[in-house]
Amino acid sequence: MKATIVDLKPAVRRPRVRWGDRLLYLYTWAIIVWLCLPIAVMIAFGFNDTTGRLNLTWQGFTLKWYGQLFSVPDLTTALVNSLTIAVVATLGSAVLGTLIGLALGKYRFRGQGALNIVQFAAISAPETVMGASLLSFFVQLGVGRGYWTILIAHIMFSLSFVAITVRSRVLTLDPSIDEAARDLGAGGWAVFRLVTLPMIFPAVLAGALLAFALSIDDFIITSFNSGSTLTFPLWIWGAQRNGLPPQVNVMGTLIFVGGILLAAGNAVVARRRR
Amino acid sequence: MTETVEADTATGTELAAIELRRVVKTFHSHGEAVPAVKGVDLAIGQGEFFSLLGPSGCGKTTTMRMIAGFDEPTEGEVFLHGSDVVGVPPNRRDINMVFQSYALFPHMSVLENVAFGLRRKGVPKDEVARRVGEMLEIVDLTGREKRRPRELSGGQQQRVALARALVNRPRALLLDEPLGALDLKLRQAMQVELKRIQREVGITFVYVTHDQNEALTMSDRIAVMNDGLIEQLGTPREIYERPATKFVAGFIGTSNVLSGTVSRRDAAAAVIEPGPGERIVVPGTASAGDVVEFTVRPEKIDVRTEQPDGEGCALRGTVTEVVYLGTFTNYNVQTSTAAEVVVFVQNVSSADDVAARGDSVWLSWDPRHSYAIGA
Ligand SMILES: Nc1ncnc2c1ncn2[C@@H]1O[C@H](COP(=O)(O)OP(=O)(O)OP(=O)(O)O)[C@@H](O)[C@H]1O
Ligand SMILES: [Mg+2]
Repeated sequence: MKATIVDLKPAVRRPRVRWGDRLLYLYTWAIIVWLCLPIAVMIAFGFNDTTGRLNLTWQGFTLKWYGQLFSVPDLTTALVNSLTIAVVATLGSAVLGTLIGLALGKYRFRGQGALNIVQFAAISAPETVMGASLLSFFVQLGVGRGYWTILIAHIMFSLSFVAITVRSRVLTLDPSIDEAARDLGAGGWAVFRLVTLPMIFPAVLAGALLAFALSIDDFIITSFNSGSTLTFPLWIWGAQRNGLPPQVNVMGTLIFVGGILLAAGNAVVARRRR
Repeated sequence: MTETVEADTATGTELAAIELRRVVKTFHSHGEAVPAVKGVDLAIGQGEFFSLLGPSGCGKTTTMRMIAGFDEPTEGEVFLHGSDVVGVPPNRRDINMVFQSYALFPHMSVLENVAFGLRRKGVPKDEVARRVGEMLEIVDLTGREKRRPRELSGGQQQRVALARALVNRPRALLLDEPLGALDLKLRQAMQVELKRIQREVGITFVYVTHDQNEALTMSDRIAVMNDGLIEQLGTPREIYERPATKFVAGFIGTSNVLSGTVSRRDAAAAVIEPGPGERIVVPGTASAGDVVEFTVRPEKIDVRTEQPDGEGCALRGTVTEVVYLGTFTNYNVQTSTAAEVVVFVQNVSSADDVAARGDSVWLSWDPRHSYAIGA
């Protein structure tokens, strides 16, 4: 703050700005450390050579948990459920959300305002409320809770994130670009495939990544609608009273690394497209 | 598109490339009817450079969008080479458009942009390559095929937009203020360039602009639009020298709009005699006692210190302003009828100014240059 005020006086500018720079630098790293500490602990305890049920004190380094990654059958099933639900929910919400985002950004239609408001409401509504009301909805319909109800719930709450990112991207585009494509002989589908989609793709990707991240670690809404099906977060919640096996840390680490790779990939694609 | 070529029975002349008949377009926004085009009749000939000129919001873009097929007329008909195209989508109309914002595809290279239309039409690969190459040569962009639009200057982007449309060899090209985003220097260079390209490819150009100089220098014919209607349609010379309405006179160049009461008729003209020795002859049908409005272009008027003789128009006044402008000098003269008249006098020799501020002068011009105007 000080630095910007001092900026106006060239004489004293140099040393002060350096101070400000240093402060900013320190602050940045403090935040990074703070954010990374829990993750670092999680990763570290995946290498802990623990023998008891509790994986809470450091016993020494080992790689054996990576070798025995799938030796807890229920945990493996839960992880597979989480991953397949996340992938399908991501694809589903990417497709549906993109269509809604395009419609909201491009056209004026009846109910547009309502749709906009409902979307933000869906994002800001408390998860417990959403979970509970979805549950009563499924109960009313007489649908048995399980894998498919979790999937439907996940698509529902992540769709809005995709729609909103796509819509804001569409609003920045010149509408005459699509018209130019039509003018040059492209029909509706060709315009979408060759012109519209490539232009909004970074937004679709960003929305989809968000959807994936939301789905893979959702706990509250899932727990309302899971029936007897377990996902990774639900299994951990259930097992933590008896102590968590180090495999949980290993899986968490792998999911984290996967997330980092996806985010990096997204950044690269976004830079190339823009 | 099924081309049903039929004879133009209305005029019996050569088939128009583009014809609009009583076209009306009304938009509806927030429950209100917005009339954008209020009844336009146009016939644009094959190979013509035709301009739509008018102030902002007069309906130029809307008219053009109806020709391209992006908007459908509320009433009236649109014909392209004799066939009615109302209801035919833009991708099936044999014309292309250059957008004011260029609307280049940002994720494609220059080459892909220009090849887009041909590829859509399924033109064979080697022919696409050849035609795109030729077109890029015409617009002087050879060597920049791999660039993305954002890596080009404004003028280069404009030429990509032009090439992308022209490479399809459309029957007509619509250009919506294509030079609007360029600075004056580039704009003038591109005007010459556009005109050259139009001569080379020989297709019909419909050119939208609100810049009267641009329209005058480039067009074969101009339609001056105002408030959703065509005020006047004619060659640049007709429009400039004989503005049909007060609006056209005011919109195109500098013009003196004067009025007076007719005192007598003389042959095919009305004569106004505001004072002793003063006489204005306005060709037309006005009879004695009528008030007529007429225009005279500033460069048609002479400034002298002594009373002119002969049968020309003569008017007395006092110079209120003299502005030297290089090739000509601008005089503002307060006439005896209380109107202020602007006069441009060519600076032919290094002689001094004809008159100075405050001088009493006589204005004179040939009666052929006074034009009675409508409302
Ligand atoms: N989609 C639309 N909805 C409502 N009104 C519109 C629409 N498009 C144009 N109009 C109105 O129609 C009128 C004519 O617009 P148009 O774009 O044809 O003007 P223009 O002559 O091209 O002006 P400019 O030189 O500023 O581009 C304007 O009053 C405009 O507000
Ligand atoms: Mg316009």
